[in-house]
Amino acid sequence: MDTTIKDMDLKSKLISTFHENRELFYKNTPAEISALKDIAIKDFERLGFPHTKLEDWRFTNLANALSHDYSLSIKPEYQEIDIESIFLCEVPDMDTYNVVLLNGWFASKNASLSILSNGTIIGSLAKAMQTYPHLVKEHYGKYANTSKYGLDALNTAFSQDGIFIYVPDNVKVNKPVQIINVTNSEEKLFVQPRNLFIVGKNSELTIVNCDHSLNHNVKFINSLTEVFIGENATLNHYKMQNIDNNSALINSIYFHQSANSNLTTNSITLNGGLMRNNLNIALAGEHSNADLFGIYLIDSNQLVDNCTFVDHIVPNCTSNELYKGIMDDKSRGVFNGGVLVRKDAQKTQAFQSNRNILLSDDATINSKPHLEIYADDVKCSHGATVGQLDPEAMFYMRSRGISEDSARMLLMYAFANEVINKINIEVLRERIDEMVSKRLRGELSICDQCVLQCKDKAPSVFNIDMTKI
Amino acid sequence: MLSIKDLKVSINGKKILNGFNLEVKAGEVHAIMGPNGTGKSTLASVIAGREIFEVTGGEIIYKNQNLLALAPEIRAREGIFLGFQYPVEIPGVSITNFMKTAVNEHRKYKGLAPLTATEFLALMDEKKKLVELQTKLANRSVNEGFSGGEKKKNEIFQMAMLNPDLSILDETDSGLDIDALRIVANGVNKLKTKDNASIIITHYQRLLDYIVPDFVHVMYEGRIVKSGGKELALELEEKGYDWIKKELEEKSNL
Repeated sequence: MDTTIKDMDLKSKLISTFHENRELFYKNTPAEISALKDIAIKDFERLGFPHTKLEDWRFTNLANALSHDYSLSIKPEYQEIDIESIFLCEVPDMDTYNVVLLNGWFASKNASLSILSNGTIIGSLAKAMQTYPHLVKEHYGKYANTSKYGLDALNTAFSQDGIFIYVPDNVKVNKPVQIINVTNSEEKLFVQPRNLFIVGKNSELTIVNCDHSLNHNVKFINSLTEVFIGENATLNHYKMQNIDNNSALINSIYFHQSANSNLTTNSITLNGGLMRNNLNIALAGEHSNADLFGIYLIDSNQLVDNCTFVDHIVPNCTSNELYKGIMDDKSRGVFNGGVLVRKDAQKTQAFQSNRNILLSDDATINSKPHLEIYADDVKCSHGATVGQLDPEAMFYMRSRGISEDSARMLLMYAFANEVINKINIEVLRERIDEMVSKRLRGELSICDQCVLQCKDKAPSVFNIDMTKI
Repeated sequence: MLSIKDLKVSINGKKILNGFNLEVKAGEVHAIMGPNGTGKSTLASVIAGREIFEVTGGEIIYKNQNLLALAPEIRAREGIFLGFQYPVEIPGVSITNFMKTAVNEHRKYKGLAPLTATEFLALMDEKKKLVELQTKLANRSVNEGFSGGEKKKNEIFQMAMLNPDLSILDETDSGLDIDALRIVANGVNKLKTKDNASIIITHYQRLLDYIVPDFVHVMYEGRIVKSGGKELALELEEKGYDWIKKELEEKSNL
């Protein structure tokens, strides 16, 4: 770790760190991207970190997460652990291209950029900026919004590496790309990975993204991903989040969809201290479709905030959103789902649903699905529900000899299953299915996937107090 | 097997069962008939352990235990089965998973090892045939999107899987066409042994053409007002419940 930030408030510290280490942040960056950084650092100076007075951040307060003395990882690092082998067995039957980010840096024993025989490029964004600057420049910074969002600005100024994926036109990538985001540090760490995925015309790609921490030290991760989906292309994007309770993870993704393109994104949150998923979808080409699914299972003092924004820019597009959550103890869920149907976006179909089960009196959900419609020939709906488990179903099951605990488990599992069933890779679905069951039974540890690093094997328990329902 | 004495039950302060008495021995089939709103379904629910009802008096002794002190799942594992009048839909819970959990919890209670996947599937197959349940039904969520007939067949299928000592079938015939009725009744008859007993709650004589009862009881205003053999059902069918009401009025006028 290179720089420790102390005494001053984090914002000022970050800004001075940026200026002190300018040459590092601009190293090997194409001129166009350097120019974006110049703007971004000024944007961050102006905007700062988000706070609860902003409508989108009303229920998610970052103050505590920002109060630590963080270290920045501003030089590439390599740790003497075989990260890849830890995860290889993860989804045993799933054959994937694995790439690993360690503290925001591309980590691999092999080449930092791999080119598959079909022309697909997978690897380090820093390396791609040098090797394929034309590919990067075409999309980098085009979809994130540094002038509006302080965290986007911060990431754009500071980010040095991340994952780059490029699929040429007319290529169906036969195996999913699995991105493993690992943080591991003895210090309190502030990490800002930046990813760029480009899917060419008529192509198809599946990405499985796992956010994972190897220890319980305090971390702040401000990740930003831009995704371009070309005409008639398909992207399946799965996001698994299982990180420790001391971590704050901001995960902003911008999807830009061309005509006839198809996006499925599925966010599965099993554990995390503070998680904010910003999902922005721009339906910029006609007849494009976006499916957004999410499940969050949280307890203790965890907070999960899914903030989605679907922008229907052109006519004849569809979007379909389903987020479900189970909250126990003092955990808090936030669902902030915006759909904008612009004036020209006739024949839009947009559906949105957020359903929640609260297992304790102290758990909360703030659900705000909202539609903003400026076209007149559209079909849109939205809704949110909060409830407990169905007492009729509980009695029916108990009358068959099923214990109250098992009955509750079956019902919770069934509730979650609606989202899990949307996963169309069978081995992944089975694996996630198993993890969700384990999570509900209180058997899933954040260290579940890692065999080497965790000294502390204490499971994070989904401890359901049966008397409360 | 079952002895109900002077049972009094109310819900929200409203009396539903009012001094109900019934004795059921192994090997017997009892039919309970009666007009709407006389407490037939309440009786079934109370035996199964539904907690929304308040028992204000009387007792239910089952296999020499105070049944009312047992949780619904314990009653089920002790051999009580309720065939629901309105089986509950449970989206997302497959029948296979549901039944596997139930069967294995019964086995655990009896100190038996859980069935292996193969054993369980074989048992499912065997019992499905009994109620002419189609294979694809088993991969679906419990009762979700089932027709009325499928729901009732599914109840008898579950009964076959759990092999109860005392089954209470609450209006199992309601909403069934004649073919489904025959299939359901055949299932019940095939499951009958000298060691188990059934209470058939029904409105109409129709079901009793297929399941022949040893005793017929007529319920009115929360208790049994008349008992007899299977011929009582025929008499009721012919004369209607007004006949019973009239008889009762005459008695009270005396």
